[in-house]
Amino acid sequence: MIVLNKAPYEQKATREAFGDEIAELGKENKDIMVVDADIGGSCKTTKFMNTVPKQHVNVGIAEQNAAGLAAGLSTTGKIPFISTYAVFGSLRMAEQVRQEVCYPNLNVKIACSHGGLTPANDGGSHQAIEDMGVYRTIPNMRVIMGADYNATRKLVRQAAEIYGPVYLRFTRDKVPVIYDENEEFEIGKAKQLKEGNDVVIIANGDTVCLALEAAEILQSKGISVKLLDMHTIKPIDREAIIECTKIGKIVTVEDHNILNGLGSAVSDVVAEEGNTKVRRIGVQDRFGESAPYEKLLEINGITVENIVNTAEGLL
Amino acid sequence: MSNITVEELKEQAIQLRQTAVTMVYHAQSGHPGGSLSAADFVTALYFREMNVNPEDPEWADRDRFVLSKGHVAPIQYAALAHRGFVPMETVKTLREYKSPFQGHPDSKKCPGIDISTGSLGQGLSCAAGMALAGKLDEKDYRVFAVIGDGEAQEGQIWEAAQSAVKYKLDNLIVFLDDNGLQIDGPTNEIMPNLDLEKKFEAFGFTTKRIDGHSMEEILETLDEVKNVKDGKPKIIVCNTIKGKGVSFMENVVGWHGKAPNEEEYDKAMEELARGLNA
Ligand SMILES: Cc1ncc(C[n+]2csc(CCOP(=O)(O)OP(=O)(O)O)c2C)c(N)n1
Ligand SMILES: [Mg+2]
Repeated sequence: MIVLNKAPYEQKATREAFGDEIAELGKENKDIMVVDADIGGSCKTTKFMNTVPKQHVNVGIAEQNAAGLAAGLSTTGKIPFISTYAVFGSLRMAEQVRQEVCYPNLNVKIACSHGGLTPANDGGSHQAIEDMGVYRTIPNMRVIMGADYNATRKLVRQAAEIYGPVYLRFTRDKVPVIYDENEEFEIGKAKQLKEGNDVVIIANGDTVCLALEAAEILQSKGISVKLLDMHTIKPIDREAIIECTKIGKIVTVEDHNILNGLGSAVSDVVAEEGNTKVRRIGVQDRFGESAPYEKLLEINGITVENIVNTAEGLL
Repeated sequence: MSNITVEELKEQAIQLRQTAVTMVYHAQSGHPGGSLSAADFVTALYFREMNVNPEDPEWADRDRFVLSKGHVAPIQYAALAHRGFVPMETVKTLREYKSPFQGHPDSKKCPGIDISTGSLGQGLSCAAGMALAGKLDEKDYRVFAVIGDGEAQEGQIWEAAQSAVKYKLDNLIVFLDDNGLQIDGPTNEIMPNLDLEKKFEAFGFTTKRIDGHSMEEILETLDEVKNVKDGKPKIIVCNTIKGKGVSFMENVVGWHGKAPNEEEYDKAMEELARGLNA
């Protein structure tokens, strides 16, 4: 069982984790590259650019070109990380990534800040609620969102170490640092934060901290909760989910459309493998709008209170 | 509003700048730099050139306006507020929950926005579609689009340009805000555009390069292109200064998407009140 940090937590955006880790990786391996598209400052690649300038390119505001160019770079053994906002890194370049990265199974990583509702006041145009779903449906792609700064650093490093396309998604906003910096993560393997047998909560990304709080409230009411951080939604950890079907009651929580994200990925396994009730908490198949991040979570029911109520509703 | 004088338009452009900066200050978020560089031609369009009706924003025969570089919404919002499309108090609600003034223009939430934008490179195609519809329906309306110089790095801009030429959209007038800066730095360094006027000319546009802060030149150029039915789309490439009118924002990359603090805001408003330095 893992040891978590204690509240009050330090707060850090996970895009910072990408910026710090990619700069380290760049120093260690000259094949690691960053392909920026004019938002390097905001996506935190400036440190990488300053540390290993020869491994950095900026294609300007031309995301589709970034994808093709990265594909070309990777054919000689380079390991390019395309860096942009999630909405552009998924949808704008989706077909280029499908045809030129995933179809030939090239070693290109797509690393995106501003995941989910976190670009809150920018409004609905900038909130990526479909990105993980888009990439989940493309063969060869892996889809990952770390829960905090420490988890994200480890997952970025692993993405660089394994061969093949990976989509990594980060938060613009600060989220609590719940994991110890020595905690290890494995792509495709769920992280169990709590053992229990009444109800299961499975969360990922910026909602893990909400799920953790909800689990503690449920425990204080005498309900035994099993809590998983499903940082990788593809390949999904089937075994971990099959284990949960023994409890038979699962609540999923994500900062993504409830269609084709974590909730769907869990439901796919459950539908095939077990007689289990699933309740999906996430963006309710609606576009976002300008508002504080917390307000947007509230509008969609991505709150501690709703997690608690939904879990209790299953009992 | 064709009887408005040049001096009145210049004064109006100052007011729009003040309103745009005020919005960003209140929201503590938004994009002042590119709003200020676009202020003069946006003023000319909304206060003299365009045939629009604040009482009836969806009037079928209106001229259309597409802010392809949607992040500079504050300058369009300022124009909409001063023209009475929305109450003046709306300017205090930029980027707030339920505001018509979303972070980027949203045609479902704000009267006077002809189409939602915010993801760069896409608006010019939409403007071409509106212009083509006008041709097909034999309507006289015109379509005005605003694109950024950084934005012109998107391939779709050139796909849109091709269609505008193919379909002889002489009812499409594009303003290119050639302010020389994008987010990560000067356009010349991030991804050189070379001469955008020549590029559009090679694509088949009627082009002209002007001082985008000279109200006289803007009006003169609009008059020149007004009744030209030569079967060619038009582009007015505007030499502009990002942050124009607020000395400490002028030509500074960092003011692309940053809000002024109280002291900076006071200074900006005071400088703007003194007008544009020529
Ligand atoms: C497709 C897309 N990629 C990236 C962005 C992020 N972005 C917002 S503004 C901007 C720079 C725009 O530069 P420019 O077009 O020159 O506008 P201006 O200088 O007038 O502000 C970028 C990259 C975006 N909005 N859309
Ligand atoms: Mg520019």
